[in-house]
Amino acid sequence: MPPQEQTERHTIAVIVDNEPGVLARVIGLFSGRGYNIESLTVAEIDHTGQRSRITIVTSGTPMIIEQIKAQLERLVPVHRVNDLTKEGPSVERELALVKVRGSGDKRIESLRIAEIFRAKVVDSTTESFVFEVTGSAEKIDAFTGLMAPLGMVELARTGAAAISRGQEGLFLDP
Amino acid sequence: MSDKQLTGAEVVLKALADQGVDVIFGYPGGAVLPIYDALFQQNHIRHVLVRHEQAAVHAAEGYARSTGKVGVVLVTSGPGATNAVTGLTDALMDSIPIVCLTGQVATHLIGNDAFQECDTTGITRPCTKHNYLVKESTKLARTVHEAFWVARNGRPGPVVIDLPKDIQFAPAPYVPPEQVVHRTYRPQVEPDHKLVEQAVEMMARAKRPIFYTGGGVINAGPEAAAKLTRLVDTTGFPATSTLMGLGAIPAANKRFLGMLGMHGTYEANLAMYNCDLMINIGARFDDRVTGLLTEFSPGSTKIHVDIDPSSINKNVRVDLPIVGDAGRVVELMAEMWKKKGLKANAKALSTWWQQIEQWRARECLKFSQPTGKGAVIKPQYAISRLAQMTADRDDVYITTEVGQHQMWAAQHIPFQKPNHWMTSGGLGTMGYGFPAAVGVQIGHPDALVIDVAGEASVMMMIQEIATAVQYRLPVKLYIINNQWMGMVRQWQELLHGERYSHSYSDSLPDFVKLAEAFGAKGLRAQEVDELDGVIAEMIAHPGPVIADIAVDQKENCFPMIPGGHPHYEMLLGPEDKAEQPASEDGMVLV
Repeated sequence: MPPQEQTERHTIAVIVDNEPGVLARVIGLFSGRGYNIESLTVAEIDHTGQRSRITIVTSGTPMIIEQIKAQLERLVPVHRVNDLTKEGPSVERELALVKVRGSGDKRIESLRIAEIFRAKVVDSTTESFVFEVTGSAEKIDAFTGLMAPLGMVELARTGAAAISRGQEGLFLDP
Repeated sequence: MSDKQLTGAEVVLKALADQGVDVIFGYPGGAVLPIYDALFQQNHIRHVLVRHEQAAVHAAEGYARSTGKVGVVLVTSGPGATNAVTGLTDALMDSIPIVCLTGQVATHLIGNDAFQECDTTGITRPCTKHNYLVKESTKLARTVHEAFWVARNGRPGPVVIDLPKDIQFAPAPYVPPEQVVHRTYRPQVEPDHKLVEQAVEMMARAKRPIFYTGGGVINAGPEAAAKLTRLVDTTGFPATSTLMGLGAIPAANKRFLGMLGMHGTYEANLAMYNCDLMINIGARFDDRVTGLLTEFSPGSTKIHVDIDPSSINKNVRVDLPIVGDAGRVVELMAEMWKKKGLKANAKALSTWWQQIEQWRARECLKFSQPTGKGAVIKPQYAISRLAQMTADRDDVYITTEVGQHQMWAAQHIPFQKPNHWMTSGGLGTMGYGFPAAVGVQIGHPDALVIDVAGEASVMMMIQEIATAVQYRLPVKLYIINNQWMGMVRQWQELLHGERYSHSYSDSLPDFVKLAEAFGAKGLRAQEVDELDGVIAEMIAHPGPVIADIAVDQKENCFPMIPGGHPHYEMLLGPEDKAEQPASEDGMVLV
């Protein structure tokens, strides 16, 4: 397959006006045009300026990725669109809360694995733990993969938050 | 000064007046009664009552395209807003600036399934350029001014403002437009000069160049169209136009090759296929133009000038994208061409023109009209004769519905100026033309406004005759009546083995009696000798007219590039058959 037709995974940060419906607008854009959303996080990052950051992990051919960015930039409440995958090194982290139920050896083993992954115990009963683990998506995948046979009964993941490395920042005109 | 305590409804009207609005198209209802009350008590803004909210939006579109101003719509909540959705989607696809005010139930009732409530902002989010729900009176004036900014700047489009009834009643502060500056939306109008320089240098080296122009030139204003025409003449390059761009370059200009695309001329399509430099100004490589994408002008270098960056590299890879206003870019191109003393490659250009003249000699739009007593009227003749009999006036405006008649109108009516041609291109909305003609006539009370219509399309918004009669608008409804949904039938003939499924216009009304029932004039022509008399009477009559022109039912629209075929597989007449059945990819194209 020629290089321009291979599917790539991109992490895109979108700074938007924190107005009602703006998330629906962004998601509507993706679903309306058939673009893919692997994960999405959103939160307010500037209360006085009323701005939010939406971090989307998407995939597509390079031409599709360019289209996605152009379509996002066209939305009226969008301030900036930043392709973190393309624009230099970046840091990506995800948080997961993992509930594991077990007793005896399995319980001990789950604690040991949690220590190796530097996960914290945030809830505990005689029969269960809830672990909090942060890291790259691959690290979370590995952790949950190991927990599954040990009695994982519930999983909540946030999706990726990402930021560029170095001193240049996306903030922030008044 | 900016703290007058007006009601929300009065603030809305004041904001509209300060934005230069003098007419709105609308239909009342419970949720907008406060605004209608305020309208009643003022004289500055005129209201045109339509008979269906969809017609209000189409009328605003016709008004906007023919005047260059923003069209304004006022409808009520619930069904009023949902009836407007088709018109809003049409305006979005064709980039027409519209501000649509919709009523909404009171803020404390939103989300309660109240009477005539619907999620207007949710429903219109994907079919508008932007939309607003005003929940605080302090933001009302600002929102209206912002909406106008968004509607008319960058690539124009429809904007909806949802207004809850309690906000319309409550007192609200007013701010004038100058105090409202949009925080984020600042479209790029000035192009990168270095890129324009590259473009003109490419133009000077080209051996087989062509200008491919579109609706973006119309949106850039009549000055832009004039500058483009001068650039075409200065360089001596051939030029073609999309359906939406007709009129930007005068049809009489000998360098204009006619419309391109699925029903475009032979010479325009072959010139696009064989060119070595394609200069796209304000067009978007729509599938009606490109045909089979993998075979679209494969050997050419492409320059794309567009104000919307998301239009660039969307379906066709271009070599030199230039983001900016079409008029400004063309102006810069002309300046640089002159300043650098550039000239076209005269020898190559002459050879290119010789080739183009050979293609032109094919006379792909030729048709033959039988003469004599009882001879049936050919639809192409009905339309070109209308054009001939109105050619001596410069105040003729044409709208169309959608289908074969629309394509024949584009092929056979020569447009010498922009803003005289209103048609539904991107969405292809049947029923657009008649209300759009009403809107055009409102904007140009003394002009001759004609809706070239198919009988199937016109039935969709036929109730608007009442609007024309009420406001004494002398619009002319020129029905090309072939008793079929012509374009649907043509595709069924070509691609679906002549299985004419539900494309026959059964149970048509007697259009003459229908016109008279509404208080308008009805005329009919059934053979060619009656045509001139009907056209003359239609034009002379000082009121709305329905002219029912019975035409040959078997005519198909040629040339035609069937869906999924490349430009060189054009069908030129009924004897031509598609070389192989259209591919699966082509079959699924609408």
